[in-house]
Amino acid sequence: MNEAAIKELLYKVADDQLVLGHRNSEWTGLGPILEEDIAFSSMAQDKLGHAQGCYQILHELGEADPDQIAFSRKANQFHNCHFVELPNGEYDFSLMRHFLFDHADQIRFEMFANSSFEPLAKLAKKVKGEIKYHVFHGNTWIQKLSTANEISKIRMQTALNESWNYALGIFEEGNYEIELKNEGVFEGEKALQDKWMSVVCPLLEKAGLQVPEQSSWEPVLGGRKGYHLAHLETLVTEMSEVFQIDPTANW
Amino acid sequence: MIESLDPRINRASISVDNNIEPLGTLDQWETYEVFHQKKRGDQHMHVGIVHAANPEMALAFAKEQFGRRGLTANIWVVNTRNVFASTYEDADIFETTTDKIYREAGGYKVMDKINQYKKSQKA
Repeated sequence: MNEAAIKELLYKVADDQLVLGHRNSEWTGLGPILEEDIAFSSMAQDKLGHAQGCYQILHELGEADPDQIAFSRKANQFHNCHFVELPNGEYDFSLMRHFLFDHADQIRFEMFANSSFEPLAKLAKKVKGEIKYHVFHGNTWIQKLSTANEISKIRMQTALNESWNYALGIFEEGNYEIELKNEGVFEGEKALQDKWMSVVCPLLEKAGLQVPEQSSWEPVLGGRKGYHLAHLETLVTEMSEVFQIDPTANW
Repeated sequence: MIESLDPRINRASISVDNNIEPLGTLDQWETYEVFHQKKRGDQHMHVGIVHAANPEMALAFAKEQFGRRGLTANIWVVNTRNVFASTYEDADIFETTTDKIYREAGGYKVMDKINQYKKSQKA
């Protein structure tokens, strides 16, 4: 097995989960209604769990322990895509991001379930149910808000337009696409994006939303290579604030 | 660019006269009664209510409110409007005259026999 390739894959997947989990948790106490506040917070917590699962595998491959990885790195050492580090904006954007990202997440982990790298396949089977719920939750909200009234429809369309190029950045290719595919670890970002399009586009269409014109597509890249927006640094500083008080403490 | 809603960055401006209009009826979502089943084959038990815009959303919320701790096999959500109920004014329809205690399961003496049997099996 190509260990460098697997590590690169695990880092980007885990960092996406950690950063989006943290972002979504910023809604805790501010959600639109109590029930949704609880549901969205709970899913944010799930994401942190998925990140931890990946960091744990990395730890078993010789990397630092999960807490150290999560809280001791600088922003430019993170491999998440830009989409997940964007500030929450209003709830329409947060929901659209949740919908677009979690569909990619579900397909990615479905692919992982068949991975030749056993720890990853095991993790994928473990998190399957949680992701299924996240997708159900996202579908329900997108469908409802996009068809509720004129204002909500316009807001969801705007959120989709603002999200789209960032969402395409989820599928930024890594340095080891061919190796991962040949070794049966992961089918690759290209295959993932194709499947995602075939799932997400019909759902958006059913909700009456327009996928932006293909001529306007410009995937926002760089996150996988450690280039980030200023927002990530603020997030990482806040996220690791408590840990940094005493990095050696036993929690 | 998308601006943050983080209250530490942007605080909502609240007007001084505090002239808040009362909510119209459609500003409130409907409620759904939630029934929770622990194990397949068990009865669904009523566990509470959630506010939601439609049945799917009610199910999504019910899962997190009532299904995330402990065992859950299945959840039902039922729009509260679809529950047809007796009234408390008519609670007297449930009263029975005292000379009919033979109708109550508590009137049967069989428990003593069962316990006696269990005891003999243990010994």
